[in-house]
Amino acid sequence: MSGHVAPTRLYYAIFGALMILTALTVAVAYKDLGLLNTYVAMTIAVAKATLVVLYFMHVRWSGRLIPILLAAGVLWLVILLALTMSDYASRGWMTAPGS
Amino acid sequence: MTTHVHAGSTPKHYLIDGYGIRSWLLTTDHKRIAILYLASVTVMFALGGLFAIFVRLELLTPAGDLMQAETYNKMFTMHGIAMVFFFLIPAVPAVLGNFLIPLMIGAKDLAFPRINLLSWYVFVVGGLFSLYAMIAGGIDTGWTFYTPYSTAWSNTNVVPTAVGIFITGFSSILTGLNFMATIHKMRAPGLTWFRLPLFVWAHYATSIIMILGTPVLAITIVLVALDRIGKFGIFDPAAGGDPVLFQHLFWFYSHPAVYIMILPSMGVISELVSAFSRKRVFGYSFVAFSSLAIALIGFLVWGHHMFVSGQSVYASLVFSVLSFLVAIPSAVKVFNWTATLHKGRISFETPMLYVFGFIGLFTIGGLTGLFLASLGLDVHVHDTYFIVAHFHYIMVGGVIMGYLGGLHFWWPKMTGRMYPEWWGRLSALVIFIGFNLTFFPQFVLGYLGMPRRYHAYPEEFQVLNVMSTAGASILGVGYLIPLVYMIWSMRYGKVAPDNPWGAKGLEWETGSPPPTHNFEKPPEVVSEAYAYHEHPAEARHG
Amino acid sequence: MARTRDVFWHHFQDLEHQRETSALGMWIFLITEILFFGGMFACYVVYRTAYPEAWLAGSATLDVKLGAINTAVLIGSSLTMAMAVHAAQLGKRMPLVVFLVLTIVLGGIFLGIKAVEYEHKWEENLIPGPAFDFHGQGAGNVQLFFALYFALTGMHALHMVIGIGLLGNLVRQSLAGRFDAAYNTPVEMVGLYWHFVDIVWIFLFPLLYLLGRH
Repeated sequence: MSGHVAPTRLYYAIFGALMILTALTVAVAYKDLGLLNTYVAMTIAVAKATLVVLYFMHVRWSGRLIPILLAAGVLWLVILLALTMSDYASRGWMTAPGS
Repeated sequence: MTTHVHAGSTPKHYLIDGYGIRSWLLTTDHKRIAILYLASVTVMFALGGLFAIFVRLELLTPAGDLMQAETYNKMFTMHGIAMVFFFLIPAVPAVLGNFLIPLMIGAKDLAFPRINLLSWYVFVVGGLFSLYAMIAGGIDTGWTFYTPYSTAWSNTNVVPTAVGIFITGFSSILTGLNFMATIHKMRAPGLTWFRLPLFVWAHYATSIIMILGTPVLAITIVLVALDRIGKFGIFDPAAGGDPVLFQHLFWFYSHPAVYIMILPSMGVISELVSAFSRKRVFGYSFVAFSSLAIALIGFLVWGHHMFVSGQSVYASLVFSVLSFLVAIPSAVKVFNWTATLHKGRISFETPMLYVFGFIGLFTIGGLTGLFLASLGLDVHVHDTYFIVAHFHYIMVGGVIMGYLGGLHFWWPKMTGRMYPEWWGRLSALVIFIGFNLTFFPQFVLGYLGMPRRYHAYPEEFQVLNVMSTAGASILGVGYLIPLVYMIWSMRYGKVAPDNPWGAKGLEWETGSPPPTHNFEKPPEVVSEAYAYHEHPAEARHG
Repeated sequence: MARTRDVFWHHFQDLEHQRETSALGMWIFLITEILFFGGMFACYVVYRTAYPEAWLAGSATLDVKLGAINTAVLIGSSLTMAMAVHAAQLGKRMPLVVFLVLTIVLGGIFLGIKAVEYEHKWEENLIPGPAFDFHGQGAGNVQLFFALYFALTGMHALHMVIGIGLLGNLVRQSLAGRFDAAYNTPVEMVGLYWHFVDIVWIFLFPLLYLLGRH
């Protein structure tokens, strides 16, 4: 009646991984990687979020529907960001007649 | 057709299972909550109609002589807000969806009955906030409350109205959440996805939009409030903010919102066209998938509201192409409904009259949408009455026709009474005539260049405006007639049998009105939806 | 011990059906939260792209140590929350209460540190609005950075306050013996909510605190 019961050592392991990744993201921030800084930071954040979702939130053992829902939510956020940025990024590519 | 033989220990039907105001205000029965919503949205519809009356009265004469410009701005703003947020978005899902979805899937209730009741209270509280704002001086920003006028310059009750809409947005989210969970988890044994009525598919697609779109409107409202109260500057050019960013965020929700409005109505039409042709819907899976396609593609087109706002031409091109694409699934539905009629045994009861009205008017509205999707043409007619006519053809000619058709069709199920048929047909006709007289001239006005949201206009536009106002009065009468006879029928209407239309669907296999827990015995589904071909010789009851 | 007839809603087939459906409902709600915060992320992306120097200047005023501590605290609270759910699943009342209280305490520490940070910003006149006054170079539209900083972290903090309220209610119900191995759905649901709030912070920390640190 409770869903999947995970062993507590798994939770401690995930916690440890999250702490390491946090230290990593702070450390990398102090190194100059140019444009890469942002991508590395976001990749680490996504990795941390994935660990929380899969293990703390039990999605690993929750069937197919929840991951699909989650993917849809993320996809829709990407749509909002991408199409909005497509406006800002392409301003000035083509000028209107008379300008 | 199943007839119920009521034995001595019949369960009470839901209307009489519990008396007194507490049993209604604290109900968790989805059917009673639907009735609560019916009352609330009708009040908001009347409010929106009242503001429309002021708008059309002013527009009888070219001069701005009935009210000041600032007052007129408040009238069209509040007409839009009341109609969009408090009527068009909730009406079909919260009234018909709430009532019918558990019945149609053979469940005892929605997945979360208390959340259902909460959604109604949230709706009422939001409505009261906005009502207060309207009474205490009104709001004049347009229902689209573009920045920086709404954040920095308007002296009207922007924040209270925005708070009201924010709150009501959660009603929408909770409804969508409930429907989605219900349709996934509460279907009767044997009821696979592709045996579901198309009404359910339509509401599932609508729920997707409610879940994914409404939160963005909510946060946008928060940002507008922060800008207005705290002067944060997020949309203020002086602080480096971009008003067009507001438009991106606003329309990311508000375009899909129009699909929240139309999809449930399309679901109604699928049920009605099948019942009154006594034939299954042609191309069932195409119609089902088209609902999902509308929900998905509908999120990709919002920039078509911003063609003249300073959006980049390249982005506008992309949004234009996608806007053409979104018309395709809607067209698929219209073709499939028409094909359903072909070789059907068609009859012309009131709900079917609304079906014909819907198909014709929605087609016109939809086709004019294609005009607007073309960049070059939109630049010419943007912010004119062409736009106003386009969306009213969809919202009124589409959504409201579907709503009224559904209300009539399921009235016997909801109340146990028949509405008076000849009055029903008469008012459908009056509404159709009044509607077209109101809004067709507006296409012409817009094309000729009359701007929207103006309280005065050049003399040469007066004849068309007078026609439009005349049409509006006929339309108003057309709406009043059903209000009267529906209420009358609850006491004096002919008692309805379980299935007065001889229609297929689980809701027709239980009492009219249904017992509190919907079915005396939990149903098991063995046939496809709209299985009219299985028992072709059955006569209609009632 | 929860009495099944008190917690079971009869439109479900059984308690497991009820639990699965509740979880689906909570996940759908969390999806709405993704889009809710997402609107602010959209503003962040647009303005950071437009005003990169302002973003660097703004981020430099944030205290990385405090932010990192808060990140660790919040992740720790996710651990204690997961342990609370675990205890509930096994019907162990005392560990459940202990872990719930620990989660509340850690959440409280997070909010306390946040309050300290906000107070610093207040003293430095970095709250957006008429009193905003940034002493720094070439920052241009840095007020926008702070507008989004306060909007994002403020909304996050509000969600945490609500979460702490929900946790407090769970403590009350646990002490009253409402949960056992057969029924502990509310604990699981609040857990999902709490983890989500943690995930939002996992993104906010690098996006706000870790710009231009090299």
